[in-house]
Amino acid sequence: MVNRTRYFTQGIAKFFIWTAALSTIAVMILILIQILKEGLPALHLRFFLDSPKNMGREGGIFSTIIGTVALTGVAILFGTPLGVGTAIFLREYTRESKISRIIRFGTDCLAGVPSIIFGLFGFVFFVIWLNMGWSILSGGLTLAAMILPTIISTAEESIRAIPHPYREVSYSLGGTKWQTVTRVVLPSALPGIFTGILLSVGRSIGETAAVILTAGSSLVMPTSLFSPIRTMAVHFYILAREGISMEMAYGTGAALILLVLIINMIAQWLINRYIRHRA
Amino acid sequence: MFQGSKIVIKDFNFYYDSVQALRNINLGIQTNQIFTVFGPARSGKTTLLKSLNRLTDLIFGSSHTGAIFLDGTDIYDSKVDLTHLRRRIGIVFDLPTPLPMSIFDNVAFGPKLNKINQRKNLAEMVEKALRSAVLWEEVKDRLHTSALRLSGGQQQRLCIARILALEPEVLLLDEPCSGLDPISTASIEETLIQLKKDYTIILVPHNIQQASRVADRSGFFLNGELVEEGSVVQIFTKPRDKRTEDYVTGKFG
Amino acid sequence: MQVKEKIIEKIFLLIALSSIFILGLITFFIFEEGLPLILKIGPKAFLLGERWIPSKGLFGIFPMIVSSFWVTFGALLLGIPLGLACTIFLSELIPPSIGILLRPAIQLLAAIPSVIYGFWGLIVLVPLIQNYLGGPGLSIFAGSLVLGFMILPTIITISEDSLKALPPSYKAGALALGATHWQTIWRVLIPAAKSGIVTSIILGMGRAIGETMAMIMILGNAVKMPSSFLDSARTLTTNIGIEMGYASGDHRQALFATGIVLFFIIMALNILAIFLSRRRVD
Repeated sequence: MVNRTRYFTQGIAKFFIWTAALSTIAVMILILIQILKEGLPALHLRFFLDSPKNMGREGGIFSTIIGTVALTGVAILFGTPLGVGTAIFLREYTRESKISRIIRFGTDCLAGVPSIIFGLFGFVFFVIWLNMGWSILSGGLTLAAMILPTIISTAEESIRAIPHPYREVSYSLGGTKWQTVTRVVLPSALPGIFTGILLSVGRSIGETAAVILTAGSSLVMPTSLFSPIRTMAVHFYILAREGISMEMAYGTGAALILLVLIINMIAQWLINRYIRHRA
Repeated sequence: MFQGSKIVIKDFNFYYDSVQALRNINLGIQTNQIFTVFGPARSGKTTLLKSLNRLTDLIFGSSHTGAIFLDGTDIYDSKVDLTHLRRRIGIVFDLPTPLPMSIFDNVAFGPKLNKINQRKNLAEMVEKALRSAVLWEEVKDRLHTSALRLSGGQQQRLCIARILALEPEVLLLDEPCSGLDPISTASIEETLIQLKKDYTIILVPHNIQQASRVADRSGFFLNGELVEEGSVVQIFTKPRDKRTEDYVTGKFG
Repeated sequence: MQVKEKIIEKIFLLIALSSIFILGLITFFIFEEGLPLILKIGPKAFLLGERWIPSKGLFGIFPMIVSSFWVTFGALLLGIPLGLACTIFLSELIPPSIGILLRPAIQLLAAIPSVIYGFWGLIVLVPLIQNYLGGPGLSIFAGSLVLGFMILPTIITISEDSLKALPPSYKAGALALGATHWQTIWRVLIPAAKSGIVTSIILGMGRAIGETMAMIMILGNAVKMPSSFLDSARTLTTNIGIEMGYASGDHRQALFATGIVLFFIIMALNILAIFLSRRRVD
């Protein structure tokens, strides 16, 4: 009799779990399909090449695309050297010590700071104190701080994966630490580092709270790094919340989803290839 | 006692943190000779080799007392340029470790570190090194393919070519033939005997037979101690120490 | 040569200190802008005050604290069971070949920007709630539902990692003793992975409390104490996000002060999670 109860319980439990898991998957897919369904029709070439007109009611999203690219570019430009440099220090110039523990703790904490706080910080530090105003530079630097933990951890992982014998060979041939890092470690770690950059790009594209507070929301084509801009994500948010144009909102949203999905899928593929290559 | 030796190791003790790996080593190695360092596992042979070109410096927490003289100068002297030292004393490990690049780039790696960058010079150096390592004929048509595609024996000879490209004076080889088939092993032993003319070679052999096959002189290591050393003939036929005799005759190992 | 190497090492050290440096900068500036206001009106008036009327100089954020709590609580109510279910599903109930497909899919879902979730909540969820459950639709309920889904990837990936890290002997041993698959999962594996699962929940909580954009879009904008799940509300994050665009002077400082409170809460949660996961590794 006990036997039967146990299997009965198992049956019920598994049923619930299957239901829960499948419904979750279903809801997620529904969310994506909903936006893509309504938004894909709007995605014709003109949509991408025209700038928004009439506060975004008509035209396309060109200036926001430029804004997104510029912002992400600045973020990667500043975030990558800092992140990779940190990873190199942690892996090649120290071993586990007080200093490395402090640095890791700082990086972990930074990873947990919510984007609105980054927005506040970027606003008071870059926009006001450093007098950069709402600009690509302010937004890009703020984003660089946000992606730093991601770059550090992916770079560290890739560097860690490089077999120690490679380094020994370089040292035994008379290489200095710097030569070993630049000629053996970094070239081999490049694929992994690139994946981290890609993931950060995906994240930067979708980031909104920090960007609004630091890069502004101007629809005008930027003329310099100090120009304010609106990114696609911010544009999408404003369109939706102000109820300006549902059609435009769906279109922008669909473009946003596709962009983020493609970038992340490439990154996933790279991770697979890279891990299999190493193994 | 060791006048005119290429390398003199004097009262040398080595520690990994608090564990002592080498005890009071006193040894002289002559120029243009093959000296084999043999003994059971964990007796300090690799540590000794790595101490000779200060690769042990890379290991955190290691320390030593005593001195190692190369041509009369203590290699642990603070004025010694480490990179220069490591070019004079090259090392080959037991596992072939080709770098993930082409054959040419592997061999050219050392010279490039040394700021030799001219195309012509590099090409000449690479060919010379590959010839000395008896690998040139096999790879001359595919110098720019990946070194990872070579067989085990070829990769190991590549590693030898790699250090030869720097024109060192001393070659250290730590069980270079482990994992290799007999034919590759024979070719590497051949190569070493050829190289003896121009280099001083210290070899940790894969087994006792190899020790006696290629060497001029040999040293028996046990538990970090140099039990005895002498000419190959003497060590293997008339060992002075009972421990040597037991090991050589196979009573333990 | 030696000198050059030493200089390079120092440069790398400086670079590596950048994350600490940035963290310090953030902390400094948030406090620098917000602390004066808290001191000016008094912590009690700030934290426990129930009225937020900037034009009159009233900056009580208690309703926001309570709303943040309610939204997060609701999100966890949905996210924990669903997250656990999906974790168990992924690691125990499906063949590995499907798992290989699903896991990247979860990562992809985690990458979807929060504004997309907010938008969907606005378009689909809010009218549904308004029609079938009453109230303005823009509500804590809507926020909790969307937030619950948004934190799923966090809970799932970390919990699954802890399950995977368990020695295979646990499962083999339990099954060998005659336990059913479910009993093994529920009574052996999950409890063994407890600390990892708890860590994932804490991190999910931190994510939930810190979410801004989606919440702005679907919580409504009511600056009063919520009395039911169907009420509109404002959380600490939406408070900042909505008004930062046009605030100045004391008002702006009050928003930074809100940021201080948010920062404290999330840092506490994150440090807790870091300690828990470090202990696990040791």
